[in-house]
Amino acid sequence: MTSPIANWSPENQERANKILATYPEKRSAIMPLLYLASLEHNHASNEAMCQVAELIGITPSQVRSVSTFYTMFKQEPVGKYLVSVCTSISCHLLGGNEVFDSVSDAAGVGHNQTTEDGQISVEHVECIGACGGAPAVQVNYELIEGVTPDKARALVEWLTQTTPAVVLADEMQQLFGGQRSFDWGPAEHAGAIAPVPAFGPYGSAGGDQ
Amino acid sequence: MTTQILTARMEAHPSDSHTIERYLDTGGYATLKKTVASSKREDIVEQVKASNIRGRGGAGFPMGMKWGFLAASDPKYLVVNADESEPGTFKDRQLLERDPHQLIEGIAIASFALGVNRAFVYIRGEYSKPARRLQRAVEEAHEAGYLGENIAGSGFSLDVTVHLGAGAYICGEETALLNSIEGRRGEPRLKPPFPAVEGLYARPTIVNNVESLSNVPWIVANGGEAYAAIGPERSAGTRMFSLSGHVKKPGNYEIVMGMSWRDLIYGIGGGIRDDNELKTWIPGGASSPWLIPEHLDTAITIDGVVEFGTMLGSGAVVVMDETTDVVAAAHSIVRFFAHESCGQCTPCREGTKWLQDILERIMAGNGRPEDVDLLLDVSDNISPGLVWPPAMTTICPLGPSATAPIISITKYFLDEVNAAIEGRQAAVV
Repeated sequence: MTSPIANWSPENQERANKILATYPEKRSAIMPLLYLASLEHNHASNEAMCQVAELIGITPSQVRSVSTFYTMFKQEPVGKYLVSVCTSISCHLLGGNEVFDSVSDAAGVGHNQTTEDGQISVEHVECIGACGGAPAVQVNYELIEGVTPDKARALVEWLTQTTPAVVLADEMQQLFGGQRSFDWGPAEHAGAIAPVPAFGPYGSAGGDQ
Repeated sequence: MTTQILTARMEAHPSDSHTIERYLDTGGYATLKKTVASSKREDIVEQVKASNIRGRGGAGFPMGMKWGFLAASDPKYLVVNADESEPGTFKDRQLLERDPHQLIEGIAIASFALGVNRAFVYIRGEYSKPARRLQRAVEEAHEAGYLGENIAGSGFSLDVTVHLGAGAYICGEETALLNSIEGRRGEPRLKPPFPAVEGLYARPTIVNNVESLSNVPWIVANGGEAYAAIGPERSAGTRMFSLSGHVKKPGNYEIVMGMSWRDLIYGIGGGIRDDNELKTWIPGGASSPWLIPEHLDTAITIDGVVEFGTMLGSGAVVVMDETTDVVAAAHSIVRFFAHESCGQCTPCREGTKWLQDILERIMAGNGRPEDVDLLLDVSDNISPGLVWPPAMTTICPLGPSATAPIISITKYFLDEVNAAIEGRQAAVV
């Protein structure tokens, strides 16, 4: 096996070292490192899990047992844009299932599937904490509230045509959203560069931070 | 009902309530400075005890009493539960996004009082924006000397780490959360030992919810008695309610408990969409059994709703109007719990899936005459006696939570369930 360190970019290696040093026990770094690793292959690949295991000093199967427990660590590659539609109770009551059908129809793929060109993955998800702005959708975990079936279709078409390098919640909310859970305040200019939550320490945020 | 503790700043300063400049400008961190300079740790704990504040995550356990259980040996940890995932709940998201420094000051004062030098905030992975906001605020507070070494020259030090979850509701259960931070599967632990004795890395640990800790600066600045004086006895203070579903004005509202459900749903919530009839509502998140219009004029208190076999839980009120198909609504909730079951305990792992499958065959027109009895029998195996508060055959309350919608639809809407079983269109108006 090649050295795990060799497969990280220098920036990601630096981030990994920082994350490892953050915790009283190294094993706590599994989840952050799985996010970091997922950036490269749009999923928690076997290779990535081996890298994480070696960095922490546990076995790959121990990493896998953690990785497979959590729905946000994808075991198969997902598209450039992961479109997640909430169908839990508040969204269910206000048309979340219809929004899901519209997204699925526009993308031409079903739940947990990816378009052939690798651009769009679709999933329905359980509650994402946007119940006051139901139905809610996330693209790479950036939120849009108050989405209608028509706007959901337009969102998929927009992603396919404009292929934004950074996905921004405020921009999408402006274009495709409606009722919000609460006043979001000023627009934020940081967003997601991959189907991984955009968070500075994990190297997954892009845009103007 | 105009008392505002948590939301005053964000309402007065919508454009920049999340920045440290605005926080300092509105008196922020003054309480922390004063506390670390001249307070005794035990006096802060006493103030929180005197406030009578009960945890805002769902269980409603008195926060000061919890703090009192913390074992004395070092190191100790404070863990902030920001894994807000109970369907219907979005209050902590607003507190994180719009006033992160209020939470950080609460964390710092609590850590001082508890003798903690290391705190972790566990935020659900889907909350990427709240996590970015909080991370930025932690960095700002660090630069300004309110976190890190020797805070405000007092000798007290505190580091705060923001840690993201990865899509598992069960990690909101405090021991599952601790396992998750340790880099393990988010499976709840058997208690005892309780986290206050043996928690994170087997060290004494306090786990508190975002909203609970966000109240701490106000409690310490104004005194526990002042907080206890707000609202009814045993339901002290203000409380964030997340209102969603078929109401005209969904949103988070900071209210003083004791008001009636009618005041909340028809007053604050603006009534039912299209002026439809109210059918039922979930009073405290998906885990809580439902209420019906005959309860509208009863008071919203933590203990009062127990009389009706339910709880205020996470403060999530989900309103359903007359057009709602209650079997489909119950299915949405049961499917949630079946999906989120960690799988450790057989009654939960198998039972929640059975409940989901039975509801699905009813919805597909294949219901059987015995299905109501079967739903209740499976529920009874997860939560014996179907009593309130629920009895358990499981390590944690997730399984019993899945029985809440079953109990509700068979208790209040049995005719509609039977109609669905008989293959007729649900008896909606």
